[in-house]
Amino acid sequence: MKFAVVVFPGSNCDHDAYHATRHVLGQDAEFVWHKETELKGADAVILPGGFAHGDYLRTGAIARFSPVMPAVIDFARRGGPVLGICNGFQILLEAGLLPGAMLRNRDLKYHCEHIIVRVEQTDTPFTLQASRGQRLRLPIAHGEGNYFADADVLQQLEAQRRVIFRYCDESGEVTDAANPNGSVHHIAGICSEGRNIVGLMPHPERACEGPLGSADGLVMLESVVAALSREGAVRGA
Amino acid sequence: MKARVYVTLKPSVFDPQGRTIAEALHSLGYAGVGDVRQGKFFELEVNAGSDDQARALASEVADKVLANPVIESYRVEIV
Repeated sequence: MKFAVVVFPGSNCDHDAYHATRHVLGQDAEFVWHKETELKGADAVILPGGFAHGDYLRTGAIARFSPVMPAVIDFARRGGPVLGICNGFQILLEAGLLPGAMLRNRDLKYHCEHIIVRVEQTDTPFTLQASRGQRLRLPIAHGEGNYFADADVLQQLEAQRRVIFRYCDESGEVTDAANPNGSVHHIAGICSEGRNIVGLMPHPERACEGPLGSADGLVMLESVVAALSREGAVRGA
Repeated sequence: MKARVYVTLKPSVFDPQGRTIAEALHSLGYAGVGDVRQGKFFELEVNAGSDDQARALASEVADKVLANPVIESYRVEIV
């Protein structure tokens, strides 16, 4: 299968995503510059982390209008698996592909550390091979990861089981102390109503090899390979 | 003609920057300052035939780009 890694001016985890999918996972992968208007026949799309367009105005606010975004939105609407990591998650929020918005971290600090998330749901293409309650040790690196949604949206997300990852402690307990940024309901990642679009603040692509400190992120990429071989790929334009 | 757009977090949304500024002011002894809300200010040069047209244009731009309606609200002023 083939991954498209979208590159915005200011993306800085694009090579991590490319390395993880191509060299660690052994799948085909290709960079797609944000000014392109098609996804080169990709079976899955990754919006990587970084500071797209300098994060001017708001994180992801300008990237949302990049020429490549109509193709990403079309791919997502047709059920194609889309993963937004960190800044990629923020772009998905600004583009309206996922609900909610990001606020500055509650302590106003940029957090660059390893945290633990608990897998809440496994019926998404990116968590298929994980198990519910599984703890993943992943790095975070963000200043604006304080997920916010109003009460109605939160209720809907919970009712539809769309909270995919929550920050937790070593034992898997969701506690305030384990929440690095103040996100409501300790949310680290969510999915779309169709479950094919997943966004999360932690970086699974930076945690795919033991020497990097954790290989816990690999299960997310392996999941999408398994999901596509099971269901047949949704071909990009 | 100029349109000024003031974007602020909605009252229901916690503003960690505003809170920090308020705490700094209190630690400096400004007991007369209560809560602080931080926001953004934009000044747009607009070509419009009337104040109403300028207001409509600025509002459209604010809705689409300058403000995120999930967390922010805005106010437009024509000068």
